[in-house]
Amino acid sequence: MGPAGAEVVLTVERLQAYYQVSSFGIEREVRAVDGVSLTIRPSEIYGLAGESSCGKTTLVKAITAAIRPPLRVLGGSVTYRFRDRQVNLYDLDATSLAEIRWRHLSYIMQGSMSVLNPLRRVRSSFVDFAFHHIGKPMTKFIGIVEAHLERLHLEPSVLDAYPHELSGGMRQRVTIALATVCRPDFIAADEPTTALDVVVQKSVLAMIRETQRQIGASMMFVTHDMAVHANLSDRLGIMYAGRLVEEGTTAEVFRRPAHPYTAHLIASLPRIGDTEAREGLGGTPPSLADPPPGCRFHPRCPLAMDACRREIPEMAWISETHRVACFAAAGAAA
Amino acid sequence: MRAYSLYLFRRLTQFVLVVFIGMNIAYAVTHSTPIDPVEQTISAATSFGSTSPDVIAKMRQSLRELYGLQGSPWQQYAAFWKRVAAGDFGPSLSAFPTPVSELIARAIPWTAGLLTVSTLLSWALGNLLGGLAGYYRQSSLLRVAGVVAMGLHPIPYYIVAFALLIVFGFVWPVLPITGGAEMNLAPGFGIAFVESVVVHSILPVASLVLVGLGGWFMGMRSLVSNIVSEDYVIYAELAGVDRRRILISYVMRNALVPQVTGLAMSLGAIFNGAIITEQVFGYPGIGSLLVGAVHAGDYSLLLGITAVSIVAVSAAVLLIDLLYPLLDPRVKIG
Amino acid sequence: MFKILRDLLRYNREFAAGVALLGVVILIGAASFFSPYPAADSFVVPPDLAPSWPHILGTTSRGQDVFWQLAFAIRNTLLFGFSVAILSRLISLVVGLVAGYASGIVDRVLMSITDSFIVIPLFPILVMFYFVMRERMSWAWLALAMAAFGWAYDARLIRSVALSLRTREFTQTSIFSGMSMRQILVEEHLPYVLPIVFSTTMNNINWSIGLEVTLSVLGFTNVDTPTIGMMIYWANQHTALVAGVWWWIAFPVALVVITFIGLFLLAVSMNEYIDPRSRLARMGE
Repeated sequence: MGPAGAEVVLTVERLQAYYQVSSFGIEREVRAVDGVSLTIRPSEIYGLAGESSCGKTTLVKAITAAIRPPLRVLGGSVTYRFRDRQVNLYDLDATSLAEIRWRHLSYIMQGSMSVLNPLRRVRSSFVDFAFHHIGKPMTKFIGIVEAHLERLHLEPSVLDAYPHELSGGMRQRVTIALATVCRPDFIAADEPTTALDVVVQKSVLAMIRETQRQIGASMMFVTHDMAVHANLSDRLGIMYAGRLVEEGTTAEVFRRPAHPYTAHLIASLPRIGDTEAREGLGGTPPSLADPPPGCRFHPRCPLAMDACRREIPEMAWISETHRVACFAAAGAAA
Repeated sequence: MRAYSLYLFRRLTQFVLVVFIGMNIAYAVTHSTPIDPVEQTISAATSFGSTSPDVIAKMRQSLRELYGLQGSPWQQYAAFWKRVAAGDFGPSLSAFPTPVSELIARAIPWTAGLLTVSTLLSWALGNLLGGLAGYYRQSSLLRVAGVVAMGLHPIPYYIVAFALLIVFGFVWPVLPITGGAEMNLAPGFGIAFVESVVVHSILPVASLVLVGLGGWFMGMRSLVSNIVSEDYVIYAELAGVDRRRILISYVMRNALVPQVTGLAMSLGAIFNGAIITEQVFGYPGIGSLLVGAVHAGDYSLLLGITAVSIVAVSAAVLLIDLLYPLLDPRVKIG
Repeated sequence: MFKILRDLLRYNREFAAGVALLGVVILIGAASFFSPYPAADSFVVPPDLAPSWPHILGTTSRGQDVFWQLAFAIRNTLLFGFSVAILSRLISLVVGLVAGYASGIVDRVLMSITDSFIVIPLFPILVMFYFVMRERMSWAWLALAMAAFGWAYDARLIRSVALSLRTREFTQTSIFSGMSMRQILVEEHLPYVLPIVFSTTMNNINWSIGLEVTLSVLGFTNVDTPTIGMMIYWANQHTALVAGVWWWIAFPVALVVITFIGLFLLAVSMNEYIDPRSRLARMGE
């Protein structure tokens, strides 16, 4: 089973990305992304959730070719479909990669507080990033940028400012405008609102949603904040210890979480009117340098069986749009 | 604009402080000398014949006035500052009665020229090579250049100058090793003179540049290798900005800012190096004047040179400080 | 701290090379204790002999064995550099730590003074100092004078380390858990401060030896004690180069260059070790 006959923008297949570190004679391999497969459809917001150091950021880096040593891609593939052509990300040479960057594939980084060149005005970032993609003479280009800014409720005068003259929230908004000015097909956003206070968060999220709707881009939105996912994501994927453990529509994942980890995550969310005490999950996330055999969640799982300790559960469909990597859950749904 | 005035004021205050401390040190040192300049001059003037005691007494009186040794210590101190302000250090002992200021004025253009050319050359070249070495880490050519530059750097100016002197004076005598220009040429902007000046400056400049290069190279290389992992550089790379543009506009530009501060801080040391080098090559600048003054016991010339050095270096530092906000808009000038 | 040195020695090529070079230099300096000729004596051996046995580095125009003179010279030069470094470390540490920890107006004032000392060109002042002292100029005086100026640049470095330590979380934790300031300084902060003190010491020794050599060559120091600079000075006085007695100059220069490079390597490798980002970058290569 699976999403039938749907066109996809991004296909990730069995992706493996590890950090390989050697220092003072000690070698270490951190399996940050260990065999992840997923697809993303046009104009959809795919949310990626999970606790810190579960591999979310590494996955985003891997799908935007932001990999640099000591991080390395060891296996799997990342394939995009832009308008009419198919691109295998890791088969591209440098020029082709530069061509699709920003024009088709853009990235909103984690901690976008300092992504703009501190010594130059905001305008220069727009020129550097987008001018050659849009391909119009400079005055026309600036006009396009200003129109884009206005549509996103930003003052065109922000172009003349230096980054340190803008507030954190403002810088974030400018970065979002920058990432969307070429109307890319796919945007990867890594914790774009985490460093902001709640009030600013709300307006920035609204801006993201509106932008995405305006240009019809697909998005992978990464955050550990489940409330944001509930608000924004169409589909939701849960990562744990470098693996994707559950995926489904946001409604499905929230209302009928299949994986014990997801269940606990959802249960730990505060609800208005609920006065029950919250229970934390025992234990700690495993070390990705030396993960436990079999299912990586089994040391903390209340449903752990013998099989869980020996074999790695693969993703299994439990409904048309919902899949989970868990022996117990898959067994229950069968 | 008001913020800059505050900055200007702070920098000027620092300038005044430096000059004040320096002058006081100079004054303290020279006024604890056991040598009485007046007696020395008199014995030199009367060594070729006998003079009546009255004439000697009158000489003593006027010399005391000229050398500012009249009155109580406080009066002397006040007189000293008055002279400094007027730029008048009295007559030189060894070149009596030529005023010290004239001797210095004759020597300064040579030192200024030497300093400016070699500082700019080693700073620019060192930063360029260091920046490239930090960015293109794999280049073996740059690595070799780095090793050479860094190998020369710790060696004191005198030894490098001396080595060059030996090589080009005895082993391969193709370049002039003494003097600022050919003796028989008329000074001015005539082609022959200018050419002679340039040729005579090759060795001193080379000596200073060889030593200075390494320091800037190392600093720039380490700055650049840190900057390449800064968010704004990574982001620009992720956006597919042209690599050369990133190198210049994002990396170098940001790395040069602390290097300018470094330049201001090293001016004192560079000045030291220049006057030492002058001595080796008999270059007619402040350095040779200084050493000559010591050997001749010329106290007023010594004081004059020291005072001028302090003011000149501090002024150069002030100049750089004032231009700094133009480079870095983030400077807190408030 | 010893663990750091041991690790560096094992894994860092520059550090090992620096230690090796410096080891050679110190050995030669130590040899001076076994010298058959007293340091200040002249005309104890036939002059102007080229390098040959038993005078393996030749002899000078003043009838001294170059090797034994060199041993004394490097010993004195090293001792001098070392004493200046120690003296100026004391001042740098005090100024740097006080400025870094106290902050506010105290910091501002100390930094203004420090900056002044960085800017003031030292050479003319040292020359003047010699001029004033003449015959009474001793190594102790010179060392004091140089230490009085050599602290400024390093004080800034130490201050920035102190600043960053003060604002770090573990400092606050230590304060809250009741550790006394002295305890915090010694147990928590010292491991961070020591490496930078080490590297600045190496740099400072280089600087002071460099200055000593320069002053001695120009004849601005006490001419009786043999130092590297003094050897070159006397060689110049006897126009050694023109007379073809090249070994009188070449060997002192070579030895002091080895010293400089050795100390420099030590300082640089320690600096690289301190900087965590460069460590991270090198780990992945």
